Amino acid sequence: MAASGGRTVGSFLWKCGNCCFNFNTVSSNLTRQVLSRQLCVSAVLHRKNLAAAGPEKFSEEFIKKQVEEFNIGKRHLANMMGEDPETFTQGDINRSIAYLFPSGLFDKKAKPLMKHPDEVFPKQRAVQWGADGRPFHFLFYTGKQSYYSLMHVSTGSLVGSRWLLKEELEELLVETISEHDYARFIQLMERLLSLPYCSVEEDFVQRYRRQLEIQSSKQQVQPLQYDQHGVAYSTGDGRRKTATGTVLLRDSGSGSISINGTNYVHYFPVLQDREQLMFPLHFMGVLGRFDMQCSVSGGGHSSQAGALRLAISRAMLSFLSEGQVETMRQAGLLTPDPRIKERKKPGQEGARRKFTWKKR
Amino acid sequence: NFMPVCSLGLCGLHHPWLVAAGYSCSGPLCATAVAVKTLPLQTDSTNVTDKILNLPLEMPDFFRCADRLMEPYLFGSRLDQDIIDLDQTVEHLQSALNFTAHIAYRGSVILFVSRRRQFGHLVESTAQDCGEYAHTRYWQGGLLTNAPIQYGPGVRLPDLIVFFSTLNNVFQQHVGVRDAAKMNIPTVGLVDSNCNPSLVTYPVPGNDDTPAAMELYCRLFKMTINRAKDKRRQMELLQGRSAVGLTTSS
Repeated sequence: MAASGGRTVGSFLWKCGNCCFNFNTVSSNLTRQVLSRQLCVSAVLHRKNLAAAGPEKFSEEFIKKQVEEFNIGKRHLANMMGEDPETFTQGDINRSIAYLFPSGLFDKKAKPLMKHPDEVFPKQRAVQWGADGRPFHFLFYTGKQSYYSLMHVSTGSLVGSRWLLKEELEELLVETISEHDYARFIQLMERLLSLPYCSVEEDFVQRYRRQLEIQSSKQQVQPLQYDQHGVAYSTGDGRRKTATGTVLLRDSGSGSISINGTNYVHYFPVLQDREQLMFPLHFMGVLGRFDMQCSVSGGGHSSQAGALRLAISRAMLSFLSEGQVETMRQAGLLTPDPRIKERKKPGQEGARRKFTWKKR
Repeated sequence: NFMPVCSLGLCGLHHPWLVAAGYSCSGPLCATAVAVKTLPLQTDSTNVTDKILNLPLEMPDFFRCADRLMEPYLFGSRLDQDIIDLDQTVEHLQSALNFTAHIAYRGSVILFVSRRRQFGHLVESTAQDCGEYAHTRYWQGGLLTNAPIQYGPGVRLPDLIVFFSTLNNVFQQHVGVRDAAKMNIPTVGLVDSNCNPSLVTYPVPGNDDTPAAMELYCRLFKMTINRAKDKRRQMELLQGRSAVGLTTSS
């Protein structure tokens, strides 16, 4: 788990610092023992399956100690890298760790990690009752006090926002909720919104909604360029599997397409590939408007066609309005296809195909 | 030493209770519901009994298979309705409220339980107003019997459980009754004619179907508990003052 990686690095640095300070005062034997003892302890902690830990696994003092260790470790790391400890950001920490502990592993969660304990350890519930044993919340004995008290509130515009997901709600309430409970919660909230005067409780409702990010605003649209004859043109590039393609889109043309110097009909004898080229233009209804000069390399014919399609869509963005860009995005024309060839595994013939099973 | 706080409540009621002429009953047998208002019972005319009589507390029980163990509390049945003896109800209610008041005086944890969805919100608000606890939801099996593991070590179990209806939604006895008996937790329960009162420490035979009846009981319990807590605070202040007086004098 990430927690274990982080703890080692942080505690290791803390110990490092300790060792540096105590070098002169404490005898080397002791230091070595202390080091080895502490390392042994951390190995024991490793072995404990943190994922199967029950509730209240991390007490408040433990978390506080972790935070102190993290801060001290951060300063030591800054000193080690020769940076100013005061202005050492999380990004600097990540880079330093990647430099000091280079890892050839692919999984991000398997690499060494040094983060603030609040991000590493899951949020725990504080003790729910006071010194006399009386619980604080009146619904404590139901087991899901925060969830059941949600609808006990004596209780906009919703466009562009969505309800909290089950995971987000669990994080907010610090309780586990079943799917039934979550469905019921959404049902009740919708019912609340359907009642008249629901605008009175808008604050309450907004607490359980998240703004949807407007995806289209993330598109970077290059401004149009004009050549010496005043004709507008734009470029775009796209990738698909191992093929890369670039396109030069020229306005006020006749719909001619040349790929790597040859006509597209000769380059793509298969109809499907030509359809892929046509699709963005056909979708926006500008089939005969543009002239295209494409260059493509790598991959096979299908992936080259896909790469060119993405390149054409991206090049077209400069010629289109906001709404049209949004429609293109929703049609999936602007999303690069992430599929690549799956690796072959040992003990199998291919990525999925197993060797022939012989009964005897 | 503390005074028995609840010979209090029943004689001190000053609420103008409306005689409910019409009321909303749930269930398909609504049509046969008749307000049994005046019965020729030999009762001593305390305020309470009259007022209880005037309310439609002896409402018909929709599933008229009366439990054998409830027969001592019933007069019998008439027109498919089981008539509960209100004298006994008054006595039982009095002892139950007395017990609750003592418990609340000692600052213990009281848990209100009811699985009737019609009155869930009412019970929860009652609990909130008293400063006690409520559970009107799905009862997780190990709530009382497996509490240290479910909630954490050192959790305190309720010292009294008050059932506003001892049945759950499937007309079987609520799991809490049995679990409380297992964990030696005293219970106060409003038992209707189709309930089994044997495991309840202080059964109160009465109707748990009508909103008016439920509101009455909620109000009574809330009043009892609030008065008990006020009394406790008063006594603590007096003791505090007397202790201060002693120290200053000495």
